[in-house]
Amino acid sequence: MNYRSGTTMLSRVADSLYWMSRYLERAEHTARLIDVDFELRLDQSPEAAAGRWQRLLEALNAPAPKDGDIDATTLTHILALDRGNSSSILSCVTAARENLRQVREQCSSAMWEQLNRLYLQVNSTTAGEAWLLHSYVFFRAVRDGAHLFHGVTDSTMSHGEGWQYIQLGRFVERTDAVARLIGAYLSRLPYSAGQSDQAVESEEYLEWVGLLKSCAAFEAYCKKHTADLRPLRVAEFLLLNPEFPHSVRFSVDKVHTALRAIADMTERKAEQPVRLAGRLGASLSFSQIDEVMASGASAFVDSIRQQCAQAHTAIHQIYFDYPVETALA
Amino acid sequence: MPHTRSRIRSFLRPVTVSEPARALFRPPFRNYQFDSTYDEMFEAPGVPRPHYQALFQTLLELPAEEMRKTQQAADLSFLHQGITFTVYGNDEGTEKVFPNDLLPRIIPHQEWRKIEAGLTQRMTALNLFLEDVYHRGRILADGIVPRELVYSCRHFRREMRNLTVPRGIYVSICGTDLVRLPDGSFAVLEDNLRVPSGVSYMLANRKVLKKVFPTLFRDYGVCPVDHYAQALLATLRALSPLQSTTRHEPTVVLLTPGVFNSAYFEHTFLAQQMGIELVEGRDLLVHDNVVYMRTTAGLKRVDVIYRRVDDDFLDPLCFRRDSNLGVPGLFNAYRAGSVVLANAVGTGVADDKAVYAYVPAIIRYYLGEEPILPNVTTYLLTDRAQRTYVLEHMEELVVKAVGESGGYGMLIGPHSSAEQREEFRQRIEAEPRNYIAQPTLALSRAPCFLEGEAQARHVDLRPYILYGENVTLVPGGLTRVALRRGSLVVNSSQGGGSKDTWVLRA
Repeated sequence: MNYRSGTTMLSRVADSLYWMSRYLERAEHTARLIDVDFELRLDQSPEAAAGRWQRLLEALNAPAPKDGDIDATTLTHILALDRGNSSSILSCVTAARENLRQVREQCSSAMWEQLNRLYLQVNSTTAGEAWLLHSYVFFRAVRDGAHLFHGVTDSTMSHGEGWQYIQLGRFVERTDAVARLIGAYLSRLPYSAGQSDQAVESEEYLEWVGLLKSCAAFEAYCKKHTADLRPLRVAEFLLLNPEFPHSVRFSVDKVHTALRAIADMTERKAEQPVRLAGRLGASLSFSQIDEVMASGASAFVDSIRQQCAQAHTAIHQIYFDYPVETALA
Repeated sequence: MPHTRSRIRSFLRPVTVSEPARALFRPPFRNYQFDSTYDEMFEAPGVPRPHYQALFQTLLELPAEEMRKTQQAADLSFLHQGITFTVYGNDEGTEKVFPNDLLPRIIPHQEWRKIEAGLTQRMTALNLFLEDVYHRGRILADGIVPRELVYSCRHFRREMRNLTVPRGIYVSICGTDLVRLPDGSFAVLEDNLRVPSGVSYMLANRKVLKKVFPTLFRDYGVCPVDHYAQALLATLRALSPLQSTTRHEPTVVLLTPGVFNSAYFEHTFLAQQMGIELVEGRDLLVHDNVVYMRTTAGLKRVDVIYRRVDDDFLDPLCFRRDSNLGVPGLFNAYRAGSVVLANAVGTGVADDKAVYAYVPAIIRYYLGEEPILPNVTTYLLTDRAQRTYVLEHMEELVVKAVGESGGYGMLIGPHSSAEQREEFRQRIEAEPRNYIAQPTLALSRAPCFLEGEAQARHVDLRPYILYGENVTLVPGGLTRVALRRGSLVVNSSQGGGSKDTWVLRA
């Protein structure tokens, strides 16, 4: 089908929309992870909490602090408000807004206003003891801000090529982030093939709740499997569920859909990214969780992330930064 | 209370001044400064001009608290919409809201008709002048404008010699600065023929004012300005080289220097309103003298470029080599006629402040008409007698560098120190061609809502003129305000603000 109706999209604009969306998704993800971690820490003994910082840092791909022992305030500050940390929430929201500012004539005014408002709010937050007390308000604002932005986007922007790049950025980022998060959890919970999938003990229970909540998946999981938490089911839900918007499979499907739409709209021969995303989606939809666990969950998650990165590179080479010779030929 | 049309009419009756003048300035005008300077609103102390009567009445009835809240809401809405300009040389918070004042400046229909006629005449003559100096140079041969004045102008582009531009139109988009002379009539202070900015603020101000004074706005019968973007697009399309070829519609783009430019908001705004692509130099490339933009669907040909990049930075192969903002090869494509630039290259020669002094002569020469809008008295410093006069009267005069804009490179005599005057004296003597002098104008004053009351501030007026099929003006413009008390500088980079301009219907 040919959607194309004489509209043009600059490569630079597509690039900016894509990255704007990725940064916003990253900010939202980081906010949720820290917030969930905060809440969990209150219910746990200090010993249990100790190892979790590392996992959090690993899940967020943040550098480990130089001095091993670091207090919650400082760490949260680094992850949330540090301008020097390029993946802090503040940096991500700033980068998202800067990207949108460069293409603001491409989006609706309502979208720009929403993101600008979020930026002004995040930017006016200052760290400190007082901040820590009310940090949940901050994290909430970031999540709400991102949700609002996507709501406004869906209802005020044409679902054309530009919108597809926003989808693409959002779900490429989500695929990578959720896969990394699951990887960070599973690598710390050894699983041997044939092990029975039992309900987990109380201390561990909280960990699994944490993982689900970090993906906004706790309620959705309970609806499907009841509050009976079993590691295999949790892993299956987050990796392979086709309906839950934060599962890896769902995200990969969205990436695939967006890429097919873009290929149609631009009439460009773009087998490479579509093929990569399609293959990844197929492998997720035909996988079974016990096989995955038996052959090594970490390896599986790593391969997902690798294929995701390949798709990203292919998108970049075909739509954003192609050599002039190929286009003139 | 709603203002009806008949109620406004009733204000047109002559007002007799019987009470002591001072007592007539009631709040919020209690501290209003009124003297010999022309005031837009008042003709006598406490006595508004007829066309300001309805606004005056509204302000008397409106609690100051309410006005303050409205102003805050307006400021916030500007901030949220990101209607900002960029302040150079400042790392953090580089964007500033362009201050907007809530009290409209009102221009009666008759007065506007004259402005319109005057600016149309001027725009026509200046385009003929540019066509002439880049071709035969009749006006130079006839000795009306001195040859050396044109050739020594920094913005004269010899690359433009004998290049024919579509319809012979060099300047399609112009913003001319008008001021009031002491007798209240308008005069031209400056022609901006290169990349005039500010039109987006005109539109943004209007949007806010319609929300703040809906009834007053309707009852006044204000001419709309919202169609500016459409008119601009029509103007740009009219310049397209392919009027009658196979392709249906010319591809028009807006070329911006990028996100760090002070007028970036305006560029995005206009591109969006016109529905055209906003491109940066890196989005364009030239192949075989054809300009393309790089899109996700491959390369797409570009026909007309509304460029907001200065001549100097357009093409590193032709002008400044260190420019990263331009497109290599663009000027060759332009010469080949495959792409149109608006405004054309080299228009700066006609808004040079020394050439400005000759505009009345230019109008007489090409059109055989008397100028409808006069110039401000201008002293050319290349002339020995005029220079001597200026150097002796520097504390009364304004000295301006000829090629500058934005309020830079200026000496305001009455507000200057002895050292500053000495510095300018040396500069003038070193390079007389680079400076002109004008009397310090007492710009007219208009009420602004500041610090919870109405205060008088100096204003000017910048209407926007378009020239495609023919010369058109949207009825209105940007009224710029010097927000600092007593200041005469209205430029946004120098602490200026703006207010909406209401041109009344006939």
